[in-house]
Amino acid sequence: MRKALAVYRKELRQILRDRRTLLILVFIPALFLLLYGYALNFDIRHIALAVDDRDSSPQSRSVVSAFVNSGYFDLVASTHSPDEIERLVNLNRARAVLVIPEGFGRDLSSGLLTPVQVIIDGDNANTATTVLGYASNLLRTVGAELSPATVVRPSPLSLLKVEPRIWYNPELRSTLFLVPGLIAYIGMITAVASTALSIVREKESGTMEQIRMAPIDTFSFILGKTLPYFLISLSSSALIILASMVLFGLPMRGNWLALLLAVSLFLVGALGTGLLISTVADSQQVAFQMALLISLLPTIMLSGFIFPISGMPAFLQAVTYVVPARYFLVALRGIVLKGSEVSHLTVPLLALTAYALAMLGLSSLRLSRERA
Amino acid sequence: MALPPDVTHAIEVRNLSRRFGAFLAVDRLSFDVRRGEIFGFLGSNGAGKSTTIRMLCGLLRPTSGSASVGGIDVSADPEGVKQRIGYMSQRFSLYELLTVDQNINFFGGVYGLTSERLAARRRFVLEMAGLTGREQTLARDLAGGWRQRLALGCAILHEPAILFLDEPTGGVDPLSRRQFWRLIDVLSQEGVTVLVTTHYLDEAERCHRVALIHAGRLATLGTTAEVKQIFQGRPIVELRTPEAVAVMRALDEMPEVEKTSLFGTAVHAVLRSDTTPAAALGARLAGLGLTVDDVAEVVPSLEDVFLDVVEKAGGAAV
Repeated sequence: MRKALAVYRKELRQILRDRRTLLILVFIPALFLLLYGYALNFDIRHIALAVDDRDSSPQSRSVVSAFVNSGYFDLVASTHSPDEIERLVNLNRARAVLVIPEGFGRDLSSGLLTPVQVIIDGDNANTATTVLGYASNLLRTVGAELSPATVVRPSPLSLLKVEPRIWYNPELRSTLFLVPGLIAYIGMITAVASTALSIVREKESGTMEQIRMAPIDTFSFILGKTLPYFLISLSSSALIILASMVLFGLPMRGNWLALLLAVSLFLVGALGTGLLISTVADSQQVAFQMALLISLLPTIMLSGFIFPISGMPAFLQAVTYVVPARYFLVALRGIVLKGSEVSHLTVPLLALTAYALAMLGLSSLRLSRERA
Repeated sequence: MALPPDVTHAIEVRNLSRRFGAFLAVDRLSFDVRRGEIFGFLGSNGAGKSTTIRMLCGLLRPTSGSASVGGIDVSADPEGVKQRIGYMSQRFSLYELLTVDQNINFFGGVYGLTSERLAARRRFVLEMAGLTGREQTLARDLAGGWRQRLALGCAILHEPAILFLDEPTGGVDPLSRRQFWRLIDVLSQEGVTVLVTTHYLDEAERCHRVALIHAGRLATLGTTAEVKQIFQGRPIVELRTPEAVAVMRALDEMPEVEKTSLFGTAVHAVLRSDTTPAAALGARLAGLGLTVDDVAEVVPSLEDVFLDVVEKAGGAAV
């Protein structure tokens, strides 16, 4: 234990004096939190809207104000010229155009089926889909309000009314969904990359050889070496959660101990991955690239952090089963957003345990083989 | 930790071999190192010196053969070996971002020293390395000689009976090298056995005995005087000349000259027997119209031995 403690103290001192490592451990998590929290936002608001109201009736005006008052659209222009509309869209001044035909109010009052045109700039397919969704919803609501009550609806379908209620994230704010992914991401950076780099750096500088000549067992060395990174990544995870609660209103509905368990399991696995990389890589450059390839990319791409797993082709979906962040995100979102109990999360937690054990096992196997 | 009194040889190596795939790095090496001896381990790069040291330190398992260090079998108890040895390599592995004090504390911790013992050893190391008063300096800010002495200090914090030095003076100025060797002499007088590899043959002259290995095999072993016996009856003549290449070519033509080699600005000629006087050789070269400033028979240097041994072994010196 005394030996592990000596390694631990040495490592902590080195981290504190090494600006590059400190930067990776402290600055990057903060930067990413702000960047992803504020910039990576799939909620679309303030869509620039141009209106061509050829009817100018009370009914047409209430359609326009329904759009503007929804908070999703900002009225940027009002015009009657098709050329002007084209110009606005081409110049990116308007992303959506609402065209209300002449006789809209009259037709509506007499219970006729009345078309309204919505033109959407499709250069960004994601945005276009979202805008279309907003517009259809608004038109359905405002249409129902404006239709005269006496009109017998032609289709039995319209007798059904959907009243959706979205649990856990009623406003569907993507920040709430992204923050857990961010913790996984930062855990991967600090735990995998910095562990791998710190050991490979010792190989490069020759101090590793010195340590291997000393009577210190592999276990004490690994314990002392990884403990500082474990504690640092644990505290940066805690800081991210606290900061997200303050800045983005992230709810913390679950048990903090369950959260600690999930984060710890994930971090131990990540540290093991870093160790494993360090037994293979001989230079910091190679170690960093391997960390990037093995841990960071899958965490971003294949964990469901940003891209939903259900939307991936079957082959990639199969691959996601070996991405630890996938399970971590399920557990984290469950605990933070839904208040799930540990008993609800047996599968992801067991998967994370298996990951941690596999990584630690493999890396100690390789470390002890290096000695032979 | 002193050696048990019944251990006469600090290191015993018997038919030690190590194979890496098809490459035989160390080939049936056998030698003994006596207690308190400074034992020089010489050879060109890739001769198998470092591989041997790594096996003796318990880092690398021998393919065959055996070795005991401090009376402990390296294959059976590599961890026990590590308790008894100190190791320092050419890169004097210190932590650059830690201070002198923090480096000492770290290695003390890794060697499992109690805090009282560490305090005493810390004073000793600071004094030995001449770093008293500079405890808070970062290791990377130390000049080469100090770093090297600090590294030596860290390697002997636990007072090992046997010390392995793998090219300890690489990249250090001559004055610091001399100071370093003085420290090694002191350690040896205190009974520490030192096995040192070096490229500097002047350093090898300071060893009690030297082993020369080539291509993984022991080529010669003995005191420096003993290994020079290889030139018994084959005097070496040193010729100072501005036309070294032409002189070498002319000497190679002469039947009594076995071989020639270039030593800086001088040519060394090994003669087949001690019947030819050196002056006669100079006269004959002058007769061929070559300028020779000085001709004298010289004592063979370790470098002569080294070249001769390597040539006899059928390899080129690196």
